[in-house]
Amino acid sequence: MTQAVGPVEAAPRTRRSRAAVALPLVLFAALALLPLVTAALSAGYMLDLFVRVMIFAIAALSVDLLIGYAALVTFGQAAFVGLGAYAVGMLGAHEITDLTIALPVALLASGLFALVTGLVCLRTKGVYFIMITLAFGQMAFFTASSLAPYGGDDGLTVHERSTLFGVAVLDRPVVFYYVVLAALLAVYLTCRTLIASRFGRVLRGAKDNALRMTTLGFQVYRFQLVAYVIAGMIAGLAGVLLANATEFVSPAYMSWQRSGELIIMVLLGGLGTLHGAVLGAIAFLLLEEWLATLTEHWKMIFGPLLVLVVVFVRGGLIGIGTALAGAVSRRLRRG
Amino acid sequence: MAEPVLALEGLRKQFGGLVVTDQVTLSVAPGELHAVIGPNGAGKTTLINQISGVLPSDSGRILFAGHDITRLPPHERARRGLARTFQITSVLPAFSALENVAVAVQAHAGSSYRFVGDAAAEPALNGPALAALEEVGLAERADVPAGHLSHGEKRALELAMALVTEPKLLLLDEPMAGTGREETARLIAVLRRLKGRFAMMLVEHDMTAVFALADHISVLIYGRILLSGKPDEVREDPQVVAAYLGDEIEFER
Ligand SMILES: Nc1ncnc2c1ncn2[C@@H]1O[C@H](COP(=O)(O)OP(=O)(O)OP(=O)(O)O)[C@@H](O)[C@H]1O
Ligand SMILES: [Mg+2]
Repeated sequence: MTQAVGPVEAAPRTRRSRAAVALPLVLFAALALLPLVTAALSAGYMLDLFVRVMIFAIAALSVDLLIGYAALVTFGQAAFVGLGAYAVGMLGAHEITDLTIALPVALLASGLFALVTGLVCLRTKGVYFIMITLAFGQMAFFTASSLAPYGGDDGLTVHERSTLFGVAVLDRPVVFYYVVLAALLAVYLTCRTLIASRFGRVLRGAKDNALRMTTLGFQVYRFQLVAYVIAGMIAGLAGVLLANATEFVSPAYMSWQRSGELIIMVLLGGLGTLHGAVLGAIAFLLLEEWLATLTEHWKMIFGPLLVLVVVFVRGGLIGIGTALAGAVSRRLRRG
Repeated sequence: MAEPVLALEGLRKQFGGLVVTDQVTLSVAPGELHAVIGPNGAGKTTLINQISGVLPSDSGRILFAGHDITRLPPHERARRGLARTFQITSVLPAFSALENVAVAVQAHAGSSYRFVGDAAAEPALNGPALAALEEVGLAERADVPAGHLSHGEKRALELAMALVTEPKLLLLDEPMAGTGREETARLIAVLRRLKGRFAMMLVEHDMTAVFALADHISVLIYGRILLSGKPDEVREDPQVVAAYLGDEIEFER
């Protein structure tokens, strides 16, 4: 049975639509060119805003990996972002600022927290999984709040941005911007590769029909645990960048509201597409920023608006885009 | 006599106060096709679930290839060569037919902790998968999402998924249920071709299929084995005729 039968080059790849290839290209090209625009307009605040956008996009990617590809609806992802940020903040308080130490510590801490909590969370399903990830997230939040030597409730200031081999590379805004962009691109490509791999296929299969995968011989739990750890580390990386961007670390980074916002970003952009998570983070933060300039009651518009998009537009913004593109091309063909 | 592939010893399952299987003792020889028949609600699916590990057993033992697997989790049983299909078809609807089988090849190849490389483009997975699809007559439908296949095609797909895991024993829970006359005939032909390559336990209401295929038949009624023997013995047993085959018409759908 193991003999290869004839030529198998006919192996049909799960072909992604043209939009699914073009959209991430456009997104990343735009992000790469943005500093030129902001320099021309001397709009430095835009650069800072987009650094935040990209950092949240990284965290949102980790959420999409779990919800969109493994059907693990996690409501505690912000805890890992916070862990990464606290690694930078706490090490900084002891005058350890180099990335060669801070980054491994942050990734190890978030990965370990994911491993330990994942061992428990992943034994549960559905609503219980949501609730228990939420509970662990809040546990991390309260623990951070009670860290008196590191600012407790008030958080702590990061006095110096991370250095690389002693060089203060992140101090120049443009350089910092491109470092964050590179991190986002690396995370995006990592997730893409992961999903297409044998490992990713098991995750996707278990999302589709876990019982079938189990009776084929897959210990679904273990695959999900590995994914949970990877997602935790990605969120931890976002935390490292966030602490550097804001030069501040606070328990609020871990709050359940933040975890919820990450989910909304993914739903807003389009679940299970990866670039949807990036698009969702951009849309979410820009909308928030823009509405805040319009009125101080912006939250009364923002909330319902998000609900409308998430509830009524299947596939999020990407869904809208695909539908529009379809309509336009049909029009054109008709002449 | 060769060691049986599967031996059940006094297997029992109870849901609350309802005893669904009780004192089930039977064995399946290597290469044998062992049919289990019985009226609706007799406990056939429950028995398959117990053997495959989807349901834990309350008491009794399951010996598979000489090893006690009574307490093993389902994925562990599958890894040891116990494959199954489901009464309610169970495929991966979002995956193409080929990918459904390729993932089964992957399960059997046992190296799924690979994080790079496009799994969908691996000849080592797609080759055997395509061969199995050919064997069940689905090669032309390889690229169709499994969710879009007809009921009978899904049945055949499940069979292909089981095949590539090169099982020692295949548990089939009503593979003909809900399929048309033509598809039933095709499935019978496929199963007949597969006979002998590995042992099978076939749960089926379609008596034409059962008597065309079975080497051995066990009759399950109210969770207990009423009788177990060669097809001819079963066909002529007055107890069976009275209790079950008497209203055979009802089961010929
Ligand atoms: N999870 C469960 N909880 C409670 N009762 C159950 C459960 N599963 C099955 N039963 C009951 O156990 C009995 C046997 O069910 P089972 O599905 O094993 O029968 P079957 O022989 O496969 O029937 P059919 O020919 O209709 O497929 C039925 O009365 C059913 O209602
Ligand atoms: Mg049944």
